[in-house]
Amino acid sequence: MNNYFWLIPILPLLGAVFNGLLGKRTGKSAVTFVGLGVVFVSLLLAISAFFAMKGMPDHRIVLNYGEWMATGSLQVPFGMVIDPLSGTMMLIVTGIGFLIHLYSVGYMREDEGYARFFSYMNLFVFFMLTLVLGSSLVLMFVGWEGVGLCSYLLIGYYFETDFAPDAGLKAFLTNRVGDVGVSIGMMVLFAAFGTLTIADILTQAGHLAPEVGFGVLTFATLMLFVGATGKSAQLPLYLWLPDAMAGPTPVSALIHAATMVTSGIYMICRLAPVFTLTPITMDVVAWVGAGTALFAATIGLVQRDIKKVLAYSTISQLGYMFLGLGASGFAAGFFHVFTHAWFKALLFLGAGSVILAMHHEQDLFKMGGLKAKMPITFWTMLIATLAIIGFPGTSGFASKDEILYLAYLKSPALWAIGVLAACCTAFYMLRLFTLTFLGKARDPHAYDHAHESPTNMTLPLALLALGTVLAVWLGWPKAFGGDFTIEAWLTPATTYGQLHVAHGEHGSHPLAWVLASISTLLGLGFAAFGYFSYKDGLAVSEARAAKFPFLHQLLLNKYYVDEGVELYLLRPIRWFGNVLWKLFDVILIDGVGVNLPGALARVFGDFTALFQTGRVRNYALSMALGGAILLYVFLK
Amino acid sequence: MTGMDAILYGGLQGYLVVALLLFSIGLATVLLRRTLLLQFMGVELMLNAANVALLAFARFRGGDAQATVFYLFIIAVAACEAAIGLALVIGLYRHRDTTDSDRASSLKQ
Repeated sequence: MNNYFWLIPILPLLGAVFNGLLGKRTGKSAVTFVGLGVVFVSLLLAISAFFAMKGMPDHRIVLNYGEWMATGSLQVPFGMVIDPLSGTMMLIVTGIGFLIHLYSVGYMREDEGYARFFSYMNLFVFFMLTLVLGSSLVLMFVGWEGVGLCSYLLIGYYFETDFAPDAGLKAFLTNRVGDVGVSIGMMVLFAAFGTLTIADILTQAGHLAPEVGFGVLTFATLMLFVGATGKSAQLPLYLWLPDAMAGPTPVSALIHAATMVTSGIYMICRLAPVFTLTPITMDVVAWVGAGTALFAATIGLVQRDIKKVLAYSTISQLGYMFLGLGASGFAAGFFHVFTHAWFKALLFLGAGSVILAMHHEQDLFKMGGLKAKMPITFWTMLIATLAIIGFPGTSGFASKDEILYLAYLKSPALWAIGVLAACCTAFYMLRLFTLTFLGKARDPHAYDHAHESPTNMTLPLALLALGTVLAVWLGWPKAFGGDFTIEAWLTPATTYGQLHVAHGEHGSHPLAWVLASISTLLGLGFAAFGYFSYKDGLAVSEARAAKFPFLHQLLLNKYYVDEGVELYLLRPIRWFGNVLWKLFDVILIDGVGVNLPGALARVFGDFTALFQTGRVRNYALSMALGGAILLYVFLK
Repeated sequence: MTGMDAILYGGLQGYLVVALLLFSIGLATVLLRRTLLLQFMGVELMLNAANVALLAFARFRGGDAQATVFYLFIIAVAACEAAIGLALVIGLYRHRDTTDSDRASSLKQ
């Protein structure tokens, strides 16, 4: 069976090639069959690979397909590693990926570029699996860049609009800033360890002592984290993700919520033994994560576009994951990746179902009362909303409280920020939910035409809701009588024989109970606040906005960060470009380089032309003068 | 030797054939197409064919790093060249509303 595992990433690639080259001619049913089929077979193979890996004594399958690059001391193999970490991620990518492909069949059914869409989606799955399974940092980087490319292509999918191509470009360029960080980090790691094979780096790192102060590894991990902030939309490189909502909604669910944006977290988990050696980086990761969690959650409080709210929510939840990682809770952070993948994909797909029912209306203020029209969407969205606000017993509760607990052990301030962000989350999610499904319809015309989505869209919703509920089984916290299975499960992958780092519990169960009670009660309080603010329409919130006009405007305009970037970053760059143009192009190259020699030649020619008078007398005079000079020189 | 190994260590000829094919495709593109953008792609193909041949020779001479360094320089220069070339194509399109290289022939007059 091991012989077939290379098909897991390759099948989606073949699907992408088929749909891209032939999809237009073969018609929609063939595109659907191939596009869904390759991901489904890939999912089946991934499941069998996962269980094969579980059966191995050391929980690791290493597959080597030969040498890729060999230059001097740099040896990069072509290979895959399936271990608990990459195995779980592989299942998320293929499993949730398949559900979203299935949903897309319904969502994109009337779209002109049906084949193009599935070609890009399959290509994305291929690159994401390369990122996850690659046995070396170089192969991981190929996947890293590839998912960036697919993200760009799919954000700009509606390329005939004005906005989408720009949003795609913005995402691509912002990510490029982060990618420079990743490549620098990789080079430094190569200089430090002499290899780019992940397993070798981790084995060596396992024998090193933690770095005191700032050193080579701190620099390398900080650079890698810069890349993670780009890909996973953290401060200050988060700006592209809200704009990325210009892409079709299934893309937002798959790429910009469930999988690609979590690859920064995946990378840090993958290199956890290196990151644990560098306490400074861990502090930076925790604080940036906490800051982003709160920052994005506050913006989400006032946005009107349903997808924008979810986008800021995603940024905020990704911040939680980084907070968990920074608090040395690799299992906790990754568990949140896992639970978030389910409920956020569900929220996006539910939003897509609503948007389609409302004839591409995304404004929350024009929705309302859809509960009666769309029961399945309503109930599945309710499950996801309960999970994301951390309602006791849900998967979101388990993962979020584990992170907050670890954050408290690192620093109570981090915990406080996290709880504050959780309160904002509870408020904006109930706001979104109430405005969409409850109350009266604010746009009667659209409401009359609204209808539940077809089965191939509601089925993925139901399955994702099931996953959202069941995900909790993987990591019910120890403090509440569970055994946090995922931690024991991931530990071999995140420690790599690193014995001096304690990953165990430091605090006590009563402390965990107190902390969880505080955050849960506050969260539920804010959820109720959100519900009562919006259950009777917009009047209450409008009155409140009028009372705090400055704060409301500040949040509505997203802290004016885009404007600030335009003013203080882009305008100086353009000004500098202008200077280069005027100084170097116009004056130096055109002027000094091209026109000056020409002008000199002309001046010289004009000057010598003075002697070409055409009169023989003048020529005779110069001959006589020349002869006189020669005589003088030779006879002197 | 099976599978990947056979491809990787099978011999120099394989690489050279690939390089030759790449080069021929590139040359044919430059000569037969009139769209500047495609001609440009052809040039890049020819460049990469040379790179493939270079690296293949280096590998079968013993695999030292010199050729790789050389090749990285070529890639960097090619990237700069691509930036300028694309800027020229866009410039031509703005002035002439076409990227047809045969119609950019006013210097002849």
